[in-house]
Amino acid sequence: MTRPRRERVPAALGLLAGLGAAFFILPLAGLLARAPWGDALTALSAPETLEALRLSLVASLTATAVSLLLGVPLAWVYARVEFPGRNLLRALTTLPMVLPPVVGGIALLLAFGRRGLLGMLLERGFGITLPFTTAGVVMAETFVSMPFLVLTVEAGLRSLDSRYEEAARTLGAGRWTVLGRVTLPLIAPSLFAGAVLSWARALGEFGATITFAGNFPGRTQTMPLAVYLLLESRPEASFILSLVLLAVSLAVLVGLRDRWLGSP
Amino acid sequence: MRRFFLLALAAVSACGSVPAPVSPDKAGGDLSVFAAASLTEAFKAAGTGFKAAHPGSNPTFNFAGTPTLLTQLLQGAGADVFASADQPNMQKAVDAKLVAGAPRVFATNKLEIVVGAGNPKHISGLADLARADVLYITEAPDVPAAKYAAQALAAAGVKPAPRSLEADVKGVVSKVALGEADAGIVYVTDVRAARGRVSGVAIPDAQNPRAGYLVAEVRAAHNPYAARAFIDYLLSAGGQQALQGFGFTPP
Repeated sequence: MTRPRRERVPAALGLLAGLGAAFFILPLAGLLARAPWGDALTALSAPETLEALRLSLVASLTATAVSLLLGVPLAWVYARVEFPGRNLLRALTTLPMVLPPVVGGIALLLAFGRRGLLGMLLERGFGITLPFTTAGVVMAETFVSMPFLVLTVEAGLRSLDSRYEEAARTLGAGRWTVLGRVTLPLIAPSLFAGAVLSWARALGEFGATITFAGNFPGRTQTMPLAVYLLLESRPEASFILSLVLLAVSLAVLVGLRDRWLGSP
Repeated sequence: MRRFFLLALAAVSACGSVPAPVSPDKAGGDLSVFAAASLTEAFKAAGTGFKAAHPGSNPTFNFAGTPTLLTQLLQGAGADVFASADQPNMQKAVDAKLVAGAPRVFATNKLEIVVGAGNPKHISGLADLARADVLYITEAPDVPAAKYAAQALAAAGVKPAPRSLEADVKGVVSKVALGEADAGIVYVTDVRAARGRVSGVAIPDAQNPRAGYLVAEVRAAHNPYAARAFIDYLLSAGGQQALQGFGFTPP
């Protein structure tokens, strides 16, 4: 690898780069400057804030668990199995990464809503309705966040040296033993990075949630929904909640710096 | 952002066209109107009427829940006219010195129960909203419609448990239209605007608060002449006719 040379920065380029950086830093500075620090504790300990926090944690962690359960096998299939239409399937299952979340929410309604393709059967057959429930929040969050896990784990599996697995197999290990004792431990960093990324995305989910699950304190009102609605009634509380989400996002980025962003 | 885009677009298209005719009408030019979500269809029609009355004017609209609009104005969004769905939110704008002159009531509205097309759950009044088999949703507490709905429910002595508090009336109408919710309380005009996709169940006048809509010129208006002309138009016979075409009642 060649080390990048220390170069003189052309003035125009430096100016544009500075503008680019300022574009991201100014909004953060605005949030920090306008946050009513004195009321931070009151705002954070208000019942509706705690309720939104609790719901956000429960829903996003459940969404991450579901993503691991379904996403790791999906990643394994993408990385290891050749089959026609694999790229198309991968594109379809990672679409939510680029889809506007509101569109995702509408799609979920049309599939799992009371009049949806599957939702209709669920309601008629089992009396289960998903919109306006915490389960609906978990579904919306899983829908938008699982692709991050799938792609990260797939990349981990592809870069894995398969000789370790072959060695284990020649030594008599069964398929499940190889998976549990060799493959998964070897891709642990990707698993961790994928899980944290998808958890952070789930925690910040707004559009699909409000569209599919609605908004009700304690049941479907997660932190981002509370931030949005509080902006109208109690802006100060909304600023504080925004800072909490900002701090979590920052912690995730810093924590994953080496694994995901690549250390300098 | 969207407003910026529209302005940029307007600027680009203005450069490309032949020089504009010299207009003696001071109400010409761009006019930005921030209006309550429930005014969407009526104000679009009023905008067309205003354009016809003032050639060279170009009204653009930002429709959202009244508290959202108020927040945007407080944060310095560029608007010429603010139309609020209730008095308290307009009062907040007055207190924050966001508007110039006294706000004027230009229309009134009534509530109605919005139900699925053809009323599949056979809802006949407010009391039915508390039925166990009726999935009722309403608006977030700061949305004017939610406050009026609370008044109506209190007058009827009904306490339904909402399953969702939507960000504005349009959210309630669309979830009922999709069949995800069975009923909600919105304005008569919202039901009328979504006719065919939803049905309405009347609320008796004794339980039905009259919602007054207020309009005012924004103090920092870029185009104060046009702002005043638009407000005058809303109160004129032509403007009132446009509003009443969508179910609004006179002030």
